[in-house]
Amino acid sequence: MARVELENVSKRFGGTRALKELSLTVEDGEFFVLLGRTGAGKTTTLRVIAGLEKPDSGRVIIGDTDVVGKTAAERDVALVLQQYSLYPRLSVRGNLEFPLRPKVRKMKDDEIARRVERAANTLQITHLLDRKVERLSGGEMQRVSIGRAIVRDPRVFLMDEPLSALDAKLRESLRVELKKLHQDLGATFLFVTHDQVEAMSMGDKIGVLRSGRLVQVGSPSDIYERPRNTFVARSVGSPPMNLIEGRFSDGKAEVNGFSLPVASSASAGPAVTFGVRPENLVLEPGAPAEAKIFDIEDQGVVKILTLDMGETRLHATVPAGLHIQRDETVRFGWKPDRVLTFDKETGQNLAVA
Amino acid sequence: MAEVKTKSEVVMNRVAIVAVFVALIIMLTPIYWIASTAFKPRSLATTVPPTVMFEPTLTPFAKLFVRRSQMREPVEQEVYEAAPWWEKLIYDDGENVVRNRRSGDITPSGYADRYKNSLIISIISTFLAVSMGTLTAYGFSRFKVKGEQDWLFFILSTRMLPPVVVAIPMFLMYRTVGLHDTHLGLIILYTAFNLSFAVWIMKGFIDEIPKEYEEAALVDGYTRLQAFWKIVLPEALTGIAATAVFCFIIAWNEYAFALMMTNRNAQTAPPYIPSQVGSGLPDWSVIAAGAFLFLLPVAIFTFLLRNHLLRGMSFGAIRK
Repeated sequence: MARVELENVSKRFGGTRALKELSLTVEDGEFFVLLGRTGAGKTTTLRVIAGLEKPDSGRVIIGDTDVVGKTAAERDVALVLQQYSLYPRLSVRGNLEFPLRPKVRKMKDDEIARRVERAANTLQITHLLDRKVERLSGGEMQRVSIGRAIVRDPRVFLMDEPLSALDAKLRESLRVELKKLHQDLGATFLFVTHDQVEAMSMGDKIGVLRSGRLVQVGSPSDIYERPRNTFVARSVGSPPMNLIEGRFSDGKAEVNGFSLPVASSASAGPAVTFGVRPENLVLEPGAPAEAKIFDIEDQGVVKILTLDMGETRLHATVPAGLHIQRDETVRFGWKPDRVLTFDKETGQNLAVA
Repeated sequence: MAEVKTKSEVVMNRVAIVAVFVALIIMLTPIYWIASTAFKPRSLATTVPPTVMFEPTLTPFAKLFVRRSQMREPVEQEVYEAAPWWEKLIYDDGENVVRNRRSGDITPSGYADRYKNSLIISIISTFLAVSMGTLTAYGFSRFKVKGEQDWLFFILSTRMLPPVVVAIPMFLMYRTVGLHDTHLGLIILYTAFNLSFAVWIMKGFIDEIPKEYEEAALVDGYTRLQAFWKIVLPEALTGIAATAVFCFIIAWNEYAFALMMTNRNAQTAPPYIPSQVGSGLPDWSVIAAGAFLFLLPVAIFTFLLRNHLLRGMSFGAIRK
C-alpha cells in the first residue's frame, strides 16, 4: 500500500497539452475518483502514474520514491482498463496467472496457484477459471480484469473507466463490489471516470479534472454542496445545478424580474450567477417567482420538471405525488440557505473564493 | 415476396457454384496438364489431340534425376539385365545413362542439387524477411517514429520499379564483391526483395492488435521484449503465416535473378528446368516431371498453414 503524489506534472502530445502542472495526492488506502469529460486528461494521468507515459516535467511519487525514471514493471501498480486487458488466447486461469509469471517475480507455482485461487474466491469467479476468455460475458470479463489486478497485491490500483462498457444494471452491482473490495483490501485506489454517479457513489474523495488541470478536490458532499465554480457545479448532480443570471438588490436576489430571498449577499457584486440545485426549488402557491411547465419526467419517486422562466430554462425535482400538468403556470421559490452565488464573469463561487 | 427472394437466392447460389467451378477449371487445368504430362512416356507427351487415357509411367522422373545421352546403338544385354528398374525405364525409352569414366558410377543430373538450393535459399530468405519485417512493423506500429509515413513510403518504393531494371548493375556488383553464384547472394537478394512487402503486411496486422494487451503486460512486470514475445507474436501468427507464404512463393518462383546471378553452385530449380529443353530434343515429360516436383513444397507449405491463411488473407480478420 502506498500514497501517490503528482507534483506539477505536465504532458504534451504534439500540439495539445494534456496535463498542465497537475498536482494531486492520493492518500494511502484512499478511494480517489478522478472525474472529467473526454479529453480532460484522466487517462493520461493514470498512464503517467502507471509508467506508460513519461511526463514532460514534474514528479510522480509512489510511496516515498520518485518513480519518473522507472519502468512500468518496476512501479508495482495494477491497471484495470475499460477493455482489452484480457488475453483472448488464454483461459481465465491463464489470464490470472499472467501477472504472476514474469521472471522478475520468481514466484513458485504453488504460490501462484494459491493466489489465483484467493483472487477467484474474492471475486466469485472460481467456476470460470477454466473457461476461455472469449466465452465470458462483459461483466465476467471485467471481474477477471479486476482479478488480474488483485492477484499481485500491488501498491496502487489504477482503474480506467472499468465499468463504462457494461450495461447499467451490471455497472451498479460491480460498483458496490468494487467498493467492498476496496474496503477489504484497504488498498489505494485511483479510479477514473466520466460518470458523475460513479464518482459520487464510490469516491472517498473526488478530483474534478478539466483540460489537464484539477479544478477541485474534495469529498463527494464537498463537491456537491460547495462547488468551487460553475464547472464543478454542473459536473455533478442529475439534472445539473440550475444557473440563473441575476443581481442583488436590497438584500434580495433579483432574477427575471422576480425577487427571491437569499441567506447572505455579503461580498457580492451586483451582477452574479445564482446556482441552485433542482431539489432546492420549491413549488408552492404564493411563492415569489413564476414559470411555465415545459416538460414533466416522472421517475416514480420524484418528478423532474423542466420550467421556463422567461428565457431561462430550469429543472426542479418535486415529489411524485404533486399534481401538475404541462403548460401549467406555477409559482416557485427556493431554499435561501442552499443558494450559491458565482461570479458572473469567472464562474468562481463567491463564498469559497 | 419472401419466396421470390428465396428463389432468386437459390439461383444466385447456383450461379456462384458454376462460377467457382469455371474458375477452378481455368486454374487447375495447367496443373493437371503438368501432372499428367509428368507421368506420360515421351511419345505421348505432345500428341495432338492430347492423350487423356494412358498408362502412367515413372520414366520422366527417372530421366529427370540422371544424366543421359542419345543412344547410338542398343544397350548391351548384360548391362540391361543388371540395371535397376528405373535405369531400365531410361533404356526402354531409347536413351543411354551417362556413367563416370573411371568408376562407372551413374552420373546424377543437376536437378536434386538445384532443388536443394531452391529450398535453402527460399526458406532462409523467407525466415529473414518475415522476422525482420515483423520487428520493423512492430516498431512502426508501436513507437513514434519521426517521419513514419515517409519511411514507410520509402520502404514501399523499393518495389516500384521492375526488378529486372537493376539486374545488370546488381550483376556487376555481385561479381565484384564475390556474391555471384553464392547462396548468400540470392538469400540477400530475395530477403531485400520481400522485406518491404513483409513490413507493410505485418504493420497492418500488428496495428490490429490492441496495444492495451502489451501495456497491461508492461504494468504486470514484463519487459517490452517479453511482452512482444508473449502477447504480440501469438496474436500476429495469422499475419505471419500469410506473409510467410507470400514471401516463400515469391522467392521459390523467382526466375530472372536466379538465371543471371547463378550458374552452377547456387543455381535454383526455376532456371534449371527450362535449360533441359536445350539438351537434344525438348523432352516435355521430363520438364513436366521437374515442374511437378517443384510445385510440391508450395502446396505443402500452404496446406500446413491453411488455417492461418484463411483468416490472414482476409486482412484485419483478427477479432477485436
